[in-house]
Amino acid sequence: MTRAFLAILRRDLALASRAGGGGELALVFFLTIVVLVPFALGPDLNLLSRIGPAILWLGALLSVLIGLDRLFQADEEDGSLDLIRASVLPLELAVLAKGLAHWLTTGLPLALAAPLLGLLVALPPEAMLPVAATLLVGTPALSFIGAGGAALTAGLRRGGLILPVLVAPLTVPVLIFGVSAANAALGGTIPFLTPFLILCALSLAAIVIGTLAAAAALRQAE
Amino acid sequence: MTPFSYPALTLSAETLGCRRGGRLIFDGLDFRLGNGEVIALTGRNGAGKSSLLAMLCGRLRPDAGTIRVEGAPEAPATELIHLVGHRDGLKTALTARENLAFAQALLGGDALSAAEALAAVGLPHVAALPVGYLSAGQRRRVALARLLVSRRPFWLLDEPMAALDLAAQSMLTGLMRAHLAQGGAILAATHGPLGLDGARELRIGP
Repeated sequence: MTRAFLAILRRDLALASRAGGGGELALVFFLTIVVLVPFALGPDLNLLSRIGPAILWLGALLSVLIGLDRLFQADEEDGSLDLIRASVLPLELAVLAKGLAHWLTTGLPLALAAPLLGLLVALPPEAMLPVAATLLVGTPALSFIGAGGAALTAGLRRGGLILPVLVAPLTVPVLIFGVSAANAALGGTIPFLTPFLILCALSLAAIVIGTLAAAAALRQAE
Repeated sequence: MTPFSYPALTLSAETLGCRRGGRLIFDGLDFRLGNGEVIALTGRNGAGKSSLLAMLCGRLRPDAGTIRVEGAPEAPATELIHLVGHRDGLKTALTARENLAFAQALLGGDALSAAEALAAVGLPHVAALPVGYLSAGQRRRVALARLLVSRRPFWLLDEPMAALDLAAQSMLTGLMRAHLAQGGAILAATHGPLGLDGARELRIGP
């Protein structure tokens, strides 16, 4: 069973790294958003550094959403999902492996790139690590909430359109606590750990609920 | 070394019904598939052959009736079934060998290695090529090689001869004979002859 789990994980990582796999798409999209915002806002460094964490979080959220529709749809179209259904691995664990691979190829690179991109939104140096940390623990929630939505739309031909509408409202709590934890790191009255620990809890809950929901949706696919 | 053989198993379906898009496609379908047996599933286009295979592999839920495996060593039906369908389950960006190694890890029951299976379907030279570069017939043969990397008693094949040249068709017939000799069973949706003796015909629809 471990072998099947690792096989799915390794295959999805390999697919993301091959040409056209879309592994870099999220990162490039994130970079584009964060680079464009300062141009749109104008040269007000104070404003920029005040809303910097929010920009990074919004950018991360949209970047995770952008490639999400292919998470299960690609497997459904080419029949790989039938293979996964026929596997010795319970569907929940297969979803967990796919969600984990999705996070490793989107959420993790975004969190690692965040300190660098923080420079572009005039983030103070002492806030860079905390902001990256909030993205590190918050993006798994985005991947797994998204996995639930992606599983629901796997069988739809135009699922790519409906997916963000479906998933975005569910990510609001993650966005709120992610940004408030990042803002707490910039100073303020609430200690950093309060929203940060809630963010951790949201991620853990999303991993469980998203996995179960996606597996249930895939079982009912047609 | 004693030759491998499967334990006694029967895949049975009782009064199976299928409804797609609100329309009844077939109803009251019964069959039993035991060791060493072949069923050729026939019917006009749209009769529900692929839908029946999808039900057996767990993708579709039967709208009526039951699917059972008797004599199973506590495994659900989906873990005893190999499906090679229209959607061949191959990733175009991965090489033939990677695709087969993935299928083997996923399905368990190791039989041949990926390289041996590719040699058995006559494609030893494409092992390191991405599947996207292969022709339709070659892809079909890589998908069929999946039957060999992992040992499962029930083969469900959807139009297995499609896109295969004459040599590959007789190769497939040979593979199916070997599978039956080991006590395996085959259910193949087909319009043409399978080249197997003793195949029963199960006709869906009028």
